[in-house]
Amino acid sequence: MERVVDPLAQKPSALRTHSETIAFVIMVAALVAAPFFTYPLFLMQAMCFALFACAFNLLIGYVGLLSFGHALYFGWASYLSAYAAKVWGFTPELAILTGTATAAVCGLVAGSLAIRRQGIYFAMVTLALAQMMFFFALQAKFTGGEDGIQAVPRGYLFGVIDLRNEMAMYIVVLVVFLAGFLFIYRIIHSPFGEVLKAIRENETRAISLGYKVDRYKLVAFVLSATLAGAAGATKAIVLQLASLTDVNWPMSGEVVLMTLVGGLGTIFGPVVGSSVILVMQYKLSVVGEWVLVIQGVIFVACVLLFRRGVIGELANKLRIRL
Amino acid sequence: MFEILGIPSTALFGQLLIGLINGSFYALLSLGLAVIFGMLNIINFSHGAQYMLGAFAAYLLLQYSGLGYWPALIVAPVLVGITGMIVERLMLQWLYKLDHLYGLLLTFGLALIIEGVARNYFGSAGLPYTVPESLQGGRNLGFMFLPNYRAWVIVASLAICIGTWFVIERTRLGAYLRAATENPTLVRAFGINVPRMITLTYGFGVALAAFAGVMAAPIYNVSPQMGSELIIVVFAVVVIGGMGSILGAIVTGFGLGVIEGLTKVFFPEASNTVIFIIMAIVLLVRPAGLFGRRG
Amino acid sequence: MRKTLGLAALAATLACGGANAQQVNVKIGVLSDMSSLYSDIGGAGSVVAAKLAIADFTAKNPGVKVELTSGDHQNKPDIGSQKANQWYDVDKVDMIIDTPNSGVALAVSQVTASKNKIFIVSGAAASDLTGPKCNANTIHWTYDTWMLANGTGKALVKTGGDTWFFLTADYAFGHALERDTAAAVEANGGKVVGKVRHPLNTNDFSSFLLQAQASKAKIIGLANAGGDTINAIKSGAEFGIVKGGQKFAGLLVFASDVIALGLPTAQGLTLTETWYWDMNDANRAWTKRWQAERGAAGKFPTMVQAGVYSGVTHYLKAVAALKSAADGKAVVAEMKKTPTDDPLFGKGTVRADGRKLHPAYLFEVKAPSESKYPGDIYKIRATIPAEEAFRPLKEGNCPLVSG
Repeated sequence: MERVVDPLAQKPSALRTHSETIAFVIMVAALVAAPFFTYPLFLMQAMCFALFACAFNLLIGYVGLLSFGHALYFGWASYLSAYAAKVWGFTPELAILTGTATAAVCGLVAGSLAIRRQGIYFAMVTLALAQMMFFFALQAKFTGGEDGIQAVPRGYLFGVIDLRNEMAMYIVVLVVFLAGFLFIYRIIHSPFGEVLKAIRENETRAISLGYKVDRYKLVAFVLSATLAGAAGATKAIVLQLASLTDVNWPMSGEVVLMTLVGGLGTIFGPVVGSSVILVMQYKLSVVGEWVLVIQGVIFVACVLLFRRGVIGELANKLRIRL
Repeated sequence: MFEILGIPSTALFGQLLIGLINGSFYALLSLGLAVIFGMLNIINFSHGAQYMLGAFAAYLLLQYSGLGYWPALIVAPVLVGITGMIVERLMLQWLYKLDHLYGLLLTFGLALIIEGVARNYFGSAGLPYTVPESLQGGRNLGFMFLPNYRAWVIVASLAICIGTWFVIERTRLGAYLRAATENPTLVRAFGINVPRMITLTYGFGVALAAFAGVMAAPIYNVSPQMGSELIIVVFAVVVIGGMGSILGAIVTGFGLGVIEGLTKVFFPEASNTVIFIIMAIVLLVRPAGLFGRRG
Repeated sequence: MRKTLGLAALAATLACGGANAQQVNVKIGVLSDMSSLYSDIGGAGSVVAAKLAIADFTAKNPGVKVELTSGDHQNKPDIGSQKANQWYDVDKVDMIIDTPNSGVALAVSQVTASKNKIFIVSGAAASDLTGPKCNANTIHWTYDTWMLANGTGKALVKTGGDTWFFLTADYAFGHALERDTAAAVEANGGKVVGKVRHPLNTNDFSSFLLQAQASKAKIIGLANAGGDTINAIKSGAEFGIVKGGQKFAGLLVFASDVIALGLPTAQGLTLTETWYWDMNDANRAWTKRWQAERGAAGKFPTMVQAGVYSGVTHYLKAVAALKSAADGKAVVAEMKKTPTDDPLFGKGTVRADGRKLHPAYLFEVKAPSESKYPGDIYKIRATIPAEEAFRPLKEGNCPLVSG
C-alpha cells in the first residue's frame, strides 16, 4: 500500500502534531450543524455508511487485508436488528446491540476461515462466504426474501425517547458514529494497532519477532466486522428497513470504492469517501443508467492515478497525518 | 432401470451428464483465471465481464455481419482478446510493481464499466441467440435426451482445456511462460521479450473467457449480468482447486460441476450454495486448495 | 434528480387570460427501475407514458398545472424508500407512480401512508398491496400475482391444460406464485403432478427440465420471473419440450421478455397480461405516439407503461374534481368513487381495497410464421372479465374492508 510521507521526519509544527484532533473537531462541528441545512435522513444514512467504511478501512488500511465480502456483516446485522425491533419488540438500543453481536459472531466464523489464506485468496474467500450468506438470506423465511423486513419501528430509546422525532434519531446515530470512530482511533493508536501495522508491513518479520500473527489478524477482523455490524444495525432502525441490497456483493464493492476514494489507511478518508459516493449517487440518479459505469471509472481512475484518495492526497500535500 | 438412493438411475446419469456440461464452463473460466494469475499475479475480476463480451460479440457478429456461430467461435475470442491486450498495455502494466490487490481493484472497476455500458445499450432483458443449425436436435441415449449442442460443449471444452494444458506444461513456449513467472529478470536476460509475453498471456486468458461466452450464448440468457452471476462461483472453484496448477483448475472445474449437478437432484434448494460450502470445508482441511502450492 | 416539465403552464395562463382563476398545482413522480432488470418493463417508457397522460389531460383541463419528475430506485427498497421520503418531504411531490419490484412498492406504500400522499402501483406484482398490507393511500393498478395465477391457471385448465408441473424459484415470490396458481388449477379441475424448486438466478435449467419432461404434465408452470423465466424457456427449446407436446405457462412474463427471447424460442408460451399494444386501434394509435416520444427503435410499450398512462389520467381527473392534490386520502377516495375511463384500458373501477379492476387476457406467443410485422407477438386465447380476473374483495384480508 502507498504510504503517506512520515510527518515525524520533519520537526513537527502544532498543525502537524494535532492535525488529527483539529480535523476531528471540524468533523464534529460539521455534523452538529448540518441537520439544520441538509435533509437529516440523508445525513444519518451518510453516517452509517461512513462508519461502515471506517470499519472496512481498519482491515485494509491498517492490517493490509482486503475483505471483499464486508456486506455480510453490515447486512446480517441490519436483518437481526430489524427483526429484533419488529418481531421481538426490542427497544432500539437493544436491537442495535443484537445486530452488532450478530455481526461479531459472523466475523468470528468467517474470519477464522478466511485467515487461512493470504492476500488475494483472502479477498476471494471473503467474497465467496459473503455470497453464500446472501443466498441464505434470500431463502430464509425471516429475512423476508426479496421484500426484506419492512416497517421496522423506530421505537422508544430506553423505553422513553420517541425516535420518530428526527432530531432524537439524529443524535442517536451521531453518538453511534462518533463512538465507533473514536474506538477505531483508539485501536489504531494503541500497541495492538502498532502490531497490526507491523503485520501489514512485513508479516514474516512480525512472526519472527514472536507475535502470534494469526490471532492478531483474527481479532482485527472481528473488530472490523463488529463495527460494520453496528453501522448496519443502526441503518435498519433509521431507514426502518432491512433488505437483500445490504448483503449483496455490490454493497461490498461499494464500501471498497468509498474507502479507496477517501484514502486507504487514513482515519478520515472513509468518512469523506463515503459522503462523496453517496452524494454522487443521489445527484446521478437522474442519469441512473450510468451510475454503474461512473463507479467503475472512479475505481479505475483511483487505482491508476489517485491511489491515495482525497484525504490521502490532502495529507500528503500538507505533510500531516489524517 | 434400477434406483440409487431413491432416484431412478436414468435421472441420475442424466444429471451427471448435465453436471459435466456446467463443469465445462467452470473449467474454461477457471482455466483462464489460472493462466492470467500464473503469469501476472493478478486476479482478473473482469473475467466474468469478458465472458459476457464474448457472448455479446457473437450476437453482434450475427446481427451486423451475418457471421454465424462457427466463425464467431474464432472471431469473438480474438476480438475480445485484443481488447484485453489493450487494457493490459494501457492500465495493468503500471500495477505490477504494486501490491497485487490493486490489480484486483482495477479489474473490478473495469468489470463495472463493461457491465454498465452493456446494460445501457442493450437493456437487461437479454438478447436472442439460437443454437446453430448443424447442432440442433439431439439423440436419445436411453437414459436421457441429450441435445447435440450440449455434447459439443463438453467435447470442445475438453479439447481446449487439454490443449492449453499441453501448451503450457509440455511445450517450449509454455516452459518460457512458466520460467518468466518464476524469474522474469533472468528470462529477460536470455533475450525473451517478457512484457510481450505477459500481454499475450493476458490476451489469451481473456480470449478463453470470451470463448466460453460464445459457447454459452445459445443456451444461457445473453444478458449484461451473465458474467457477474457466474464469476463468484468460479472464484470459489479456484479457491478449492488452488491456483498452483493448470491441471488443478481443469479437474476442479469439471468435478465441481458434477457435484453441483448431483446436488440439484438430491437437494435442489442447496445447489447454488454447495460449492461455497465445499470451499469452506476445503479451507478447513487443506487451506492451499486441492492442487495448490502453499501461498 | 429533477426532470422538471412545466407542461401547460403557459397554455393555462394564456387561455385563462389571468394568472389567478382555479389553478391547481400538482407534482407527480415516476419512480421506476431505470437501469437494471425492469428497465424495459417500466423505466423510461413509464416516464413517456406519464408525459403523454399529462399532455392529454392538461390540453382539456387548462386549470391544472402538472409538474413531472422521475427517479431510479435501482430495485433496492432502501433507495426507493429514501427517494420517496425525499420527494414527499423536500420536493413536494404529491403522487408517486410505477415502481416495478414488489419490495420497493411495499416500502414506498408505507412511506406514502405515513405522509398522507398517494401511491399508484403499476409495475409491482404483490397482491398483498391490496391484501394485508393495503392502506388508504395506495392503489394497485395494472396487475397482481393473484390475477396472474388465476388468469393463467384457470384459463389453461379450461382449454385443456389440466396436468401441471411447477418450476418454482425458491424464494417468497416464487412460492406465492406457485401456491396461488396451484390453487387455481385444482379449483378448476386440474391436477398438479409434480414440482421442483430451483435457486434464484439459475443459469442452467437442464436438470429441472428433465424432471419436468419425465412428469409428462401437459403444462409446465414457470413460477419465476425475469432471467430465470428466460433461461428456462431457452433451455426448454433446446430440450425439445414444446416439440414433445408439453407447453410452458409463464406466470410472470412481459412482452419485453418475449421480444428478448425471440419468437423461435418463445413460441407456444402462454401468459396473462392486461394490455397488449396490438389489440385494438386505440392501443395502436397510442403506441405510435409512445414510440415517437420514446425514441428507441424496436420497442413496444408494456402493460405496466400503459398502466402508468391510465393511472395518471384517472388521478388528474380526481384532483381536478377536488381542486386540490394535498390530501392523499381524499383524492384516493375520489378515485375509488369515480369509474375509470381511458383510451387504453376502457371502462373500469377502483375498488375499496385499492384494487383497479379491468379485464385480463390469456395470450399465446405466435410462431415465427404467424408474425407479420415487428411486435406482432401474441394471439388472444381467452378474455377474462373484470369481475373474475381479480381476487374477490372478501378474500383479501385488507383491513380497510373487513372493518
